[in-house]
Amino acid sequence: MEFVAISLLNGITYGLLLFMLSSGLTLIFSMMGILNFAHASFYMLGAYFAYQISSWVGFWPGLLVAPLLVGAVGAAVERYGLRRAHRFGHVAELLFTFGLAFVVEEVVHLIWGKVAVDYRIPAELDGTLFTLFDTSFPIYKGFMMLISVGMLVALYALLTRTRIGLIIQAALTKPDMVEALGHNVPRIFMLVFGGGTALAGLAGVIGGNAFVTEPGMAAAVGSIVFVIVVVGGLGSLGGAFVASLLIGCIQTFSVALSISITDVFALAGVSLPAGSQVARLTITQLAPVLPYLLMVAILIFRPRGLMGARES
Amino acid sequence: MKSPFLNRLALAASVMLIGGSALAQVKIAYIDPLSGPFANVGEAGLKGFKEAAEILVNQKGGIMGQKLEINGFDNKGSPQETQLQLKAAIDQGYRFVTLGNGSGAAHSLIDAVNKWNARNPDKTVLFFNYAAVDPTLTNEKCSFWHFRFDANTEMKMEAISNFMEKDKTIKKLFIIGQDYAHGHQVAKYTKEMLAAKRKDIKIVGEDLHPIGRVKDFAPYIAKIKASGADTVMTGNWGNDLSLLIKAAKDAGLKARFFTYYAGGLGTPQAMGAAGENLVLQLTEWHMNVPTKNTEKFALDFNKKYPGVWFYYLRVNNMVEMVAKAMNTAKSTDPKAVALALEDMRFQNDTGEVWMRKSDHQAMQPLYISIFSKADGKTVKHDSEGTGYGWKTLATISQRDSQLPTSCIMERP
Repeated sequence: MEFVAISLLNGITYGLLLFMLSSGLTLIFSMMGILNFAHASFYMLGAYFAYQISSWVGFWPGLLVAPLLVGAVGAAVERYGLRRAHRFGHVAELLFTFGLAFVVEEVVHLIWGKVAVDYRIPAELDGTLFTLFDTSFPIYKGFMMLISVGMLVALYALLTRTRIGLIIQAALTKPDMVEALGHNVPRIFMLVFGGGTALAGLAGVIGGNAFVTEPGMAAAVGSIVFVIVVVGGLGSLGGAFVASLLIGCIQTFSVALSISITDVFALAGVSLPAGSQVARLTITQLAPVLPYLLMVAILIFRPRGLMGARES
Repeated sequence: MKSPFLNRLALAASVMLIGGSALAQVKIAYIDPLSGPFANVGEAGLKGFKEAAEILVNQKGGIMGQKLEINGFDNKGSPQETQLQLKAAIDQGYRFVTLGNGSGAAHSLIDAVNKWNARNPDKTVLFFNYAAVDPTLTNEKCSFWHFRFDANTEMKMEAISNFMEKDKTIKKLFIIGQDYAHGHQVAKYTKEMLAAKRKDIKIVGEDLHPIGRVKDFAPYIAKIKASGADTVMTGNWGNDLSLLIKAAKDAGLKARFFTYYAGGLGTPQAMGAAGENLVLQLTEWHMNVPTKNTEKFALDFNKKYPGVWFYYLRVNNMVEMVAKAMNTAKSTDPKAVALALEDMRFQNDTGEVWMRKSDHQAMQPLYISIFSKADGKTVKHDSEGTGYGWKTLATISQRDSQLPTSCIMERP
């Protein structure tokens, strides 16, 4: 019982962080049709900016300024890079974001070095929030949940309750019509791209010190974010939310299961030959692969994802 | 038709040529991760090597008048990249290589060195291993071209299991490790030796996690907690250890951790006060082992490289022993150096380091220590500025650390 409760909390915390990352990605995709391979790089930039700012003036200004800076970088990338690449079609865009991910990583190497930087949780958030059964739950994890949920609410309100949100939603499906009505669609695209990358930056600010701020952090989450977007359904915010929590919990709970492949097949009534390497693998060892297996299964059986609106 | 410019250029070139030959250097290629998840470990090791070469060899006359130089080659922690870096080092004229991080990379390097030496008997290469502790490297896979300066996992687990044998508070043990050769070996020897010495200890769990990829160990800690373990055995190193211990601290897990590597590279900072009397390590040295020279060396090192803490006494041992072998052999030919290194008995600050001839495994005193509040007396120095340092609980003499080997060495 204790174990299930704690694992659930861990899974939800991780899932919410993943959602912060994937929401920007799915937003950008649904509006602009761009699969941004460099999305996780903006997550990394957020962590490094926050580290730099926190070393000068403390964590709290960094929490605010770093995502804005990342958003500005993102907007500039859209305005001066992607918009040009767009003229040459989707392949050019894809290759552009793909290359951008490498450029960002090299820039991080040059400025901050190849070794992880010492980006720490602020002292006021370091401690125990509450003790459940016998396990303590750190304040910082609660803080991460708070920020993610706050962001979810703000994003929902922005998209459904404000004028700019309505225009964004309209531009999502009928960009030509919106443009005909006199709105500056390219500028909206730039804002969406900047906003999406700022969300990734925010995830970096709070994820960077919860885990490790290092040049490899973008590559570490880059692929899992795509899994979420595909499983949730390309372009669906609600789908991304469900998929994030699902994958967060899968990764947390699969660690807990010490049963082996043989046991799993035995449940289905199939007995595997004993003694082979594969048969002895446990679910715990398979934990890192499970999200990708889920993605493959989704692509086969429900290509539009859990909540995707269209088959693409 | 010679212009003054060309004249000067020719002069400069000839000066450089002469200068180059007069300053011939003995070079060791340090092939270890300098980028990726274990870059901090690789960087700290390289600084240790450079400092040891400078202070312990070059300032004391060098090697037959030549300077010892150790340069980094980034293998990114990968076995494939290790082979490419070995090739690069050989192409640049290196005849000596050292590697420590990752038994996977060490296996790859020992294979590549053996193959190279078989094909190029006139340009052989020698491999000094300062930290890869998979026992097979000095047993089934032992090689004349490989020397290990750290105690291997079998020796370390022998010492730790002897210690556990006497500690009756241990009832339930959880084994967690990195999913590659080293993690497997730690788990294997822990189970084998405890089965022989303490049948009553129950192994309540055993987990292997992907190396260098887990950033949040909270799920693993939840599992350890649910298993009811009072003691955890881990061979983890680098961030895989500091993040594991950080997650244990966050969740308030009150189990004791037996480790190989908790003494440095960020782990003391990750545990802080929460590690007091809970985290133990087995090492060849720590800051509070009374020594004549090493203490000063370490303090100077820590002052010179703020944020990096001196950690590897075995690196100093290795550098001094290699220099001694070259000076004794009066040669920098790898084969002659290897022959001089075999059976060498070297007096260091903690006692005698003996390089056993039959398997090229170094034998040295080992210490089991526990993380305790620094008091200026037995715990004279704290670790990484935390206010806590290591207190020796048990000393294993060089003789007691020796175990038989199954090595059948092919000698050139």
